[in-house]
Amino acid sequence: MQPLTRVEGRAIPLGLKNVDTDIIIPAKWLKTISREGLGAGAFEALRAEPGNVIDDPAYAGSTLLIAGDNFGCGSSREHAAWALGDMGIRVVIAPSFSDIFSGNAVKNGILPVVLPQDAVDRLLEVARAGEPISVDLEHQTVTTPYQDRFTFTLDPFRRHCLLNGLDEVGLTMARGEAIGGFEASRTAAQPWLMRGTAA
Amino acid sequence: MASRPRTLYEKIWDAHVVEMRDDGTALVYIDRHLVHEVTSPQAFEALKVAGRPVRRPELTLAVPDHNLPTTARVDAKGAPVPIADPESAAQLAALEVNAPAFGIRYIPATAKEQGIVHVVGPEQGFSLPGTTIVCGDSHTACHGGLGALAFGIGTSEVEHVLATQTLLLQQSKPMEVRVEGLLGPGVSAKDLILHIIGRIGAAGGSGYVIEYRGAVFEAMSVEERLTVCNMSIEAGARAGLIAPDDVTFAYLKGRPMAPKDSEWDTAVAYWRTLHSDEGAVFAKSVVIDAATVEPSVTWGTSPEDVVPIGGRVPSPADFADESKRVAAQKSLDYMGLTPGTPMTEVPIENVFIGSCTNSRIEDLRAAAAVLKGRRKADNVRWAIVVPGSGLVKAMAEEEGLDRIFTDAGFEWREPGCSACLGMNPDKVPPGERCASTSNRNFVGRQGPGARTHLVSPAMAAAAAVTGRLADVREVV
Repeated sequence: MQPLTRVEGRAIPLGLKNVDTDIIIPAKWLKTISREGLGAGAFEALRAEPGNVIDDPAYAGSTLLIAGDNFGCGSSREHAAWALGDMGIRVVIAPSFSDIFSGNAVKNGILPVVLPQDAVDRLLEVARAGEPISVDLEHQTVTTPYQDRFTFTLDPFRRHCLLNGLDEVGLTMARGEAIGGFEASRTAAQPWLMRGTAA
Repeated sequence: MASRPRTLYEKIWDAHVVEMRDDGTALVYIDRHLVHEVTSPQAFEALKVAGRPVRRPELTLAVPDHNLPTTARVDAKGAPVPIADPESAAQLAALEVNAPAFGIRYIPATAKEQGIVHVVGPEQGFSLPGTTIVCGDSHTACHGGLGALAFGIGTSEVEHVLATQTLLLQQSKPMEVRVEGLLGPGVSAKDLILHIIGRIGAAGGSGYVIEYRGAVFEAMSVEERLTVCNMSIEAGARAGLIAPDDVTFAYLKGRPMAPKDSEWDTAVAYWRTLHSDEGAVFAKSVVIDAATVEPSVTWGTSPEDVVPIGGRVPSPADFADESKRVAAQKSLDYMGLTPGTPMTEVPIENVFIGSCTNSRIEDLRAAAAVLKGRRKADNVRWAIVVPGSGLVKAMAEEEGLDRIFTDAGFEWREPGCSACLGMNPDKVPPGERCASTSNRNFVGRQGPGARTHLVSPAMAAAAAVTGRLADVREVV
């Protein structure tokens, strides 16, 4: 995974609330066995509307996206994170995110930044003015050329993984002994739990 | 040592923490993992590239469901019918190869046990009370109806579970939805969960695991409990739970993968401890009077857009919140609805009975009870029933339900996710409405431009008969 420390750039001022993962990437794009190329299907229905914000040349090349409450709700499809990543998005700013989406985002090097609604509203204004927004994960700040400065928090483990581009699977496999110990005690006390399909 | 009273969620969580990291992240053991064809190929690919094996293959069960066509799976000679769509066929082929290659039990598309993962898990006794259950699908919350901590995960987490049988998680907060009293006649589990989502909102459960409490849930069958917990994710909750009881145990006993003999007794003794303790503290509590719940329908494009069937299409001006007003206007435009229109005057061209929310035998019985001796209205162009599994289908056929449906003008299909998400050929045409027993009314969910109204199975049947959204209590 690509490490993420600081991202500065223009932001797409989407602003909508309850942006579900079907909006981010419709189901027909899930029929792939690869993680690549999904940017082409990102926000497909929204992009069919003339004058939509995603395709507005004023925001071309944006690395940030700003949205309303409950971003990424609905389906668990990680394709939503892959699609945003493929569009070049590295940071999404919103008042809240769905639990599953924010996990998927971090695992793909995308930072979900939670800020209060008034801060998000202010950043939408800045983005609409075409000005860059700067996000610093080390210091957990969002700043603008207008001297706005907002602070956010991300749970320390996710922050650590993002800053260092760490692979969680590798980290956990290194804890194989602890997992094995847990499994051994379960097998002794509740063997039926460990049978699964072999029952 | 007297321990602090704990909620059901906290008990299951505590029993699965392998270790805590210094930063507060927990390494949590996963007991059961369901895999389907759409969210797994990239996970298996990553394992192959890294040369990583599956740690506990017997704790994962694979079954295709999302993009299988619901037309005949075998031809007249009994040979499997290939999937016409090459991308869907490639996903199915990948699962058919990956599951055995990694030692995972695979239920093929042509097996009678095949079905939607969330119907198959409980049906096979693979999903059990007190277990942690995950799947690359957000409706995994469904299995909470058995008293399991069940939640959807992304594909990177599917890979993580396959490789380590664990996940790195932050603990959620326990939330209680307590329903007092009992539901009125003609009001179903689906109406109740739609009502709850309408009340707390699509983000109302965000950061929480919901436990549903009260006599109404105790009185429910396992099928109804699965329906309720299934839609917890539509309220933003990671999972939903109902404490297991004798109803749960009776449902599970004798199922193929459930504990047997003396292990059954040990398991039941453990399961009886799985309830929130007296005095356990919930971080958030919502109380609902069951008497206020009516048959419910959605009018918009978020599952929180719920009104009673006797209600009207709302106006954006009805909402206090500015962003909700904007969203409501967009929803109304998409849905082609005018504020103030009675919901019972909304015409319907399509009816879908199916999905992991409402495709179990009781759902089909409820719809058939309304349809018996009736026919769909002429303006209903397309009506299909998609049973949740081959076993549900066989049971329904034994009871003669299939004939009630076909006599009423419905198509009787093979099991799968179907028109809930329109990944297979079952789609609602652009601009047309569908009374659907599924779980999401999102823009384009049932096909580009499709307009979804979420309802219960009985209400879907009532809509089919009248050709408009209708109050089932006035139809039967």
